[in-house]
Amino acid sequence: MSLLEIENLRLDIGSLPILKGVSLSLEQGEVMGLVGESGSGKSMTALAVMQLLPIAMRASGRITFDGIDILGAPEAAMNRLRGNEIGMVFQEPMTALNPVKTIGEQVAEGIRWHTRASRAEAEERARKMLDRVGLPESKFPLTRYPHELSGGQRQRVVIAIACALAPKLLIADEPTTALDVVLQKQILELLRDLVDERKMGLLLISHDLAVVADMSDRVTIMRHGEVMEAGETARTLTQQAHPYTRQLALASMHVPDRGRKDAAIGGAATTGAGLVPPPLTPPHKGEGNVGETASTHSSTKSPLRDEEPASAAEDAHARLEEKGDISSTNSSEHTASSATGTIREGVSSKSPSPLWGGVRGGGNNTSSSEGVSGQAVSAGQGVSTASRPLLSVRNVVRDYPNRRTSLFRVPDVFRAVDDVSFQIAGGQSVALVGRSGCGKSTLARMILALDRPTSGSINVDGHEVSALPEAQLKPARRSMQVVFQDPYGSFNPRHKVERLVAEPLHLLDEAPSPAERRELVADALDKVGLKPSDMGKYPHEFSGGQRQRISIARAIITRPKLIVADEPVSALDVSIRAQVLDLFADLNARLGVAYLFITHDLTVARAITDEVMVMQEGRIVETGRTDEVLDHPQSDAAKALVEAAPDLQRALERRLARLG
Amino acid sequence: MSIGEPVFPRTQSVVLQALSNRSFVVGCVITAIIALMALVSFYWTPYDITNLVVADKMKPPSWQHWFGTDHFGRDILTMIMIGSRNSIAVALVAVGIGMCLGVPLGCWAAARGGWIDEAVMRFNDIVFAFPALLSAVMITAIFGPGAINAIIAIGIFNVPVFARVARAGAMSIWPREYVLAARASGKGKAQITIEHILPNIAAILLVQGTIQFALGILAESGLSYVGLGAQPPMPSWGRMLFDSQTRMMVAPYQALFPGLAIVITVLGLNLLGDGLRDLLDPRLRRER
Amino acid sequence: MSAFLARRLLIGLVTVIVASIVVFAVLEIVPGDPALLMLGMNATPEALATLRSQMGLDQPIPVRYLSWIGGMLMGDFGRSWTYSSPVIDLIVERGIVSLPLAVISLILSTAIAIPVGIFAASRRGRAADAISMGATQVGVAIPNFWFALLLVYVFAVWLRLLPAGGFPGWGAGIWPAFKALIMPAIALALPQAAILARVTRSAMLEVLGEDYIRTARAKGIPRRKVLWRHALRNAMIPVLTILGLQFAFLLAGTIIIENVFYLPGLGRLVFQAITQRDLIVVEGVVMLLVASVVIVNLVVDILYAVVDPRLRVKA
Repeated sequence: MSLLEIENLRLDIGSLPILKGVSLSLEQGEVMGLVGESGSGKSMTALAVMQLLPIAMRASGRITFDGIDILGAPEAAMNRLRGNEIGMVFQEPMTALNPVKTIGEQVAEGIRWHTRASRAEAEERARKMLDRVGLPESKFPLTRYPHELSGGQRQRVVIAIACALAPKLLIADEPTTALDVVLQKQILELLRDLVDERKMGLLLISHDLAVVADMSDRVTIMRHGEVMEAGETARTLTQQAHPYTRQLALASMHVPDRGRKDAAIGGAATTGAGLVPPPLTPPHKGEGNVGETASTHSSTKSPLRDEEPASAAEDAHARLEEKGDISSTNSSEHTASSATGTIREGVSSKSPSPLWGGVRGGGNNTSSSEGVSGQAVSAGQGVSTASRPLLSVRNVVRDYPNRRTSLFRVPDVFRAVDDVSFQIAGGQSVALVGRSGCGKSTLARMILALDRPTSGSINVDGHEVSALPEAQLKPARRSMQVVFQDPYGSFNPRHKVERLVAEPLHLLDEAPSPAERRELVADALDKVGLKPSDMGKYPHEFSGGQRQRISIARAIITRPKLIVADEPVSALDVSIRAQVLDLFADLNARLGVAYLFITHDLTVARAITDEVMVMQEGRIVETGRTDEVLDHPQSDAAKALVEAAPDLQRALERRLARLG
Repeated sequence: MSIGEPVFPRTQSVVLQALSNRSFVVGCVITAIIALMALVSFYWTPYDITNLVVADKMKPPSWQHWFGTDHFGRDILTMIMIGSRNSIAVALVAVGIGMCLGVPLGCWAAARGGWIDEAVMRFNDIVFAFPALLSAVMITAIFGPGAINAIIAIGIFNVPVFARVARAGAMSIWPREYVLAARASGKGKAQITIEHILPNIAAILLVQGTIQFALGILAESGLSYVGLGAQPPMPSWGRMLFDSQTRMMVAPYQALFPGLAIVITVLGLNLLGDGLRDLLDPRLRRER
Repeated sequence: MSAFLARRLLIGLVTVIVASIVVFAVLEIVPGDPALLMLGMNATPEALATLRSQMGLDQPIPVRYLSWIGGMLMGDFGRSWTYSSPVIDLIVERGIVSLPLAVISLILSTAIAIPVGIFAASRRGRAADAISMGATQVGVAIPNFWFALLLVYVFAVWLRLLPAGGFPGWGAGIWPAFKALIMPAIALALPQAAILARVTRSAMLEVLGEDYIRTARAKGIPRRKVLWRHALRNAMIPVLTILGLQFAFLLAGTIIIENVFYLPGLGRLVFQAITQRDLIVVEGVVMLLVASVVIVNLVVDILYAVVDPRLRVKA
C-alpha cells in the first residue's frame, strides 16, 4: 500500500469545480513532483491532504494516508497527523512565520504538542533541528525573531518546523518560488538531503519543470484541476506522450527566434538539442530569420502580423510630426541622435538603421566584440565614432540611510548601488542579472529617473537624467519607457485600456487629438498582438499574459529608444512567458528598441539579450556577451548564478545518466 | 494558486451585489427615511413648532401626539423632525470640513514624504489630543455657545481623521507599478494624485465619510445636550434629552423618542458604511 | 530604550508644548477682561489696575506664557478667580472623582469588549457571531448620555437600587462612593466596548487569514489553541491603537456623563468655569486632559513594543 493515495479527488466552491477527479499516489521515501500552471489546482490538492482547505470548499473522493482515511478523519485525528506524520512547507517564507514569536518557540511548539516533551527537551530538539537546516546556534540562537532573518533563512526555519518530528510525508508547495536561484538551489538541496536522511515521502509542488525534473522520481502533470499525465520523471518528460506535457516542456526551454540577431551572434545557444524535439510550431516562419543582415533590418516582419498596419498609425505619427512633436525621421537622426524632444519613428521602412550595427562596438564596458560576426563589428566601427551611446551610466552610487538606531546618531548608510558604470547603444538588448537584493532594481529606477543617484551620472539619449529637475526630464522620458513585473499591479484598475496605454503620450509637447490618440493606441495594441477593440476594456478583463502585452503597448507608444524591463516575465506561467519573450524579441527586431532587462532568471537573459551584466552587492562584477558569460562565467557571482539556474535539459540528462 | 488569480469569477452585476448585501440595503433605507424626514420638515410638520399650547403640555403619546408633548405643549414628533435638520446639517458640514481639509493634507503628506509628511502627521497628533468636546469647550469659551461651534469643533476633529485615512490609502498606492509608470510618463505628483491616487482611495474615503457622519451626529447630540450646540428655541435632539432629564419621573417618553431618533440614525449610517465597505473593498469581499 | 520609544517620547513632548501654546493663545484672545469680570462693572480703574498687576495681566504675552508653563511644571496652575483657591487644589479635589470614573470604565469596556470580539471571531458566520455583532452595532449607535438616562430611569427611578446622581465623596466610605460611580461608568463603558469589540473581531479575523496561522495549523496545533497562542497577540496591535484613541473619547465622555449624574468632577468644573469666565481654571483643566491623552498614547506605544518585537530595536 502506498504512503499517500489520492483517488478521484474532487473539490468545489459552490458550483465551481476546482479539482475534477485527481488521483495520484506516493510511496514512502519517494519524491513526487506535482507540476502545473496557475489555476491547475496543485496547491489545492496539497491543502486537501492537510485538510487545511478554505472553509467554503467541499471535497469528495478519497485520500488515504498510511491507511487513514483523511477526508473522513475527525479534526482531532488530523491534528495528530499534521506536523507529526505530515509536514508542510509553504511558498512565502516572509509571511509564514509568526512575527511576534521567536524561531525557537515556533520550532519547539510542534515538538511539545506532539511529544508532550518538556520545554527544555523541546528546545533542545528545536536547536538540533535548526542546526540541521543550516542555522547554527552561534548566529541563530533560538531567541531570534523572524524579522531578524532573511527570506532564505526564514524558509529554513519553516523547513525545520515541518521536519522537526521526521514526518513520513513532507509536502512542499512552491518552496522556492519566492527565492532567487542561488537560494533555490540551497533550499532544494536541503530538502533532498532531509528526505533521503529521514526516508520521507516528498510531494513537491512547482510550476518549474526544471526544478521538478531535478528533484523528483515521478511527476504528475496537472491542468485545470485534472491530471494530464503521470509517470517516471525522465521518461515522462523526454517522451512527452501527452500534448500538454510537450507544450510545457517546449515552453520551459523556449528561446525566441531573434531573427538576424542570432545570425550576428552566431547561432542560438540552447535550443533543445537531442532529447527534446524542436518546437512544433515555431513562432517565426522563414521571414526575418537567420539569413537577414543588418542593412535589411527594416524588412523584418512581425511574427504576429505579417502586414504592417501602416496607414492609420503612420498617419497619426506623421500628423504629430507636422505639429513638431515628432521630428521627421531620417537617417541622420539615427546616427547623430541629436533630435531631442522627438519621438523616434521607430525603424521605419524609410530608414535603414546604421546605428543598430554600432551597438556591439558601442559600449566600452561591455566586453569583447571579438565574438561578434564580421558584419556587426564592421558596422559598429563604422558608426561608433559618430554616435554616442543611448544610455550611459557613469560611477553611479546610491546610498540609503539605514534605519536609525538612535535619535542622536547620524544613521549609517547602506550602499545599494556601488560605483556602477556601463553603456547601452541603440537597439542593443542587455540583461542585468543578479540575486535578489543585489541593487539591480535600484539601478533601474535611477535610470528611469524615478530615483536619484547619490553620486555619479546617468545620461539617456543626451539628457543628463541624474541632474535635471523633473520639469526638464520630458525629452529623456520620451526616450525610455518601462515594463514592470507584476501584470496585476501595473495598471490603475479604474482606467480603461485606451487611457492606460495612452498615458505616456503626456510626454508629447502638444497633446494629440482624441482621434490621433485612439489611432496611436490602436497601433500600439496591434504591435503587441492585441485587438484595437480591446482599448474599451478594463485591465481586469485580461489574463496575466495579455496584461503584460498591454504593459508593453504602453511602453512603446511614444516609440522610445530604450525600454527598461524589470523582471517582465517572472510572474507569468511558462507558456505565457514564452509568448511574451517572443514579443520582446520581435519588437527589438522590428522597432530597433534597446532593452535593459532586469532579471534573476538566466534563461530569460539567454533568450533575448546580446550582452549581460552580472551584479552583486551593488557592483557590476562581470560583463560580456550573454552566451559567453552564461557558458563560461568568470566571477564567483556569475558562477553561482549559472550553477544554480535550473535547466530542464541538464536535469533530464543527469537523471537519465543516473538511470544508466 | 499563483499570484492574484481570482478565485471567484465576477459574475454578479454591481446592482445585484449591492442588493444582496443586507447591511447596505437596511442602512440605505434607514438613511433615506431620516433624510426624507428632514426634507419633509421644511414643508410640513404635524404641528407648528412655535405654537405653544399650554393646555396640551406634558401629554403622553396619543393619536393626536404620537410621541407626546413637552413641557411647553410642543409636539415631540414635530421637534424630532425639525431637530433632524440640525443634526444632519452639523454632521454633514463637519464631514465636509474634515474631507476638504483632511484629504488634501493627507494626499500632500503622502506625495511629498520626508519632513512634510512628518509635520502633517505631528499636526494630526496635536489635533487628536483635543477631543471634539474639548475644542468645543474652548470655542464656546471664546465665542459663546451655538450650532456653529459644534460644526467647527467636530469639523476640526474630522480633519486629522480624513488626513490619516487619505495618507494611509495614498501611501499604499504610491509604490504601485502603475504610479511608477505614470511617473515614467512624466506626470507630476499633483497630476498623479488626481488621476491615480484619488480614484483609488475614493472608496475608503466614502466609507470613512459615512462613519464620521454617524460620529458627527453622536457628537452633536452630546454637545447640544451639555448646552454647547444648537441653542433654544431651535430644537435639537441632544437638547430635548437634556430637557427631559428633570421630568424623567413624570414623562419618561420625553427621553425615549429623541434618543431613539439618534440611535436609529447612527445605526442606519453605520450599516450603510459597513455595507459600502464590503461592496467597495475587494480585499474584504473575498471570504477567507 | 528602543529608538522607537525615544522618538515617541519626543513627539509626545512636542505635542504637549504645541498644545499648550494653542490653549494659551486661544484663551488669550477671548474677549472680556477677567479683572473687570471679577470686580464687576462699577469697579474703580485703580482697583482694576491693581488686580491686573496682581494677576500678571499687565506683563507681555511671552512672559505670561512662560510663567504659566513654568508654574504648571511646578504644580502651580494659578489661582481660580471665582473659587479664590489654587487651581491645583480644585483639580485634585475634582480629579479624585473623574479619574476613578475614567479608569473603571476603561477597565470595564476592555474586559467586556475583548472577550466578545474574540468569541465572535472564533464563531465567525455562526449565530453567536451574528447576535453579538448585531448587539455591538446597536451599542455603537447609542449616545452614552442617553444610555445614562435609561440607566437612571431603570435603576434609580424604577428599581430604586442606585442613586440617580450626586457624589457623597470618598469620605463617606468606599462603597457609597463606588455606588455613585457604577452607573456613570457603565454608561461610559458600553458604547466604547461595542466599538472595541468590533475592532477586536475584525483584527482577529484579519490575523486568522495570515500565512503563519496556516503554518501553525500545519504543525497540528488545534484551531482554538492557534487562536490563543498565535492570533491574539498579533491582533492586539490594532486593538491597542483604538484603545489609545478611545481614551480621548472617554475623557470627553466623562465631561458629559458628569453632567448627567451631577458628579463633582473635572467636567463639571470646566463647565462652571466657562460660564463664570474663570479662564485660568479652563486652561489648567484642558492642559491636564491634553497631557493625559498624550501620556496614554505613550503608554500605548510602550505596549506596542511589548507586543511586537519588530519595534524593539535596541539603541
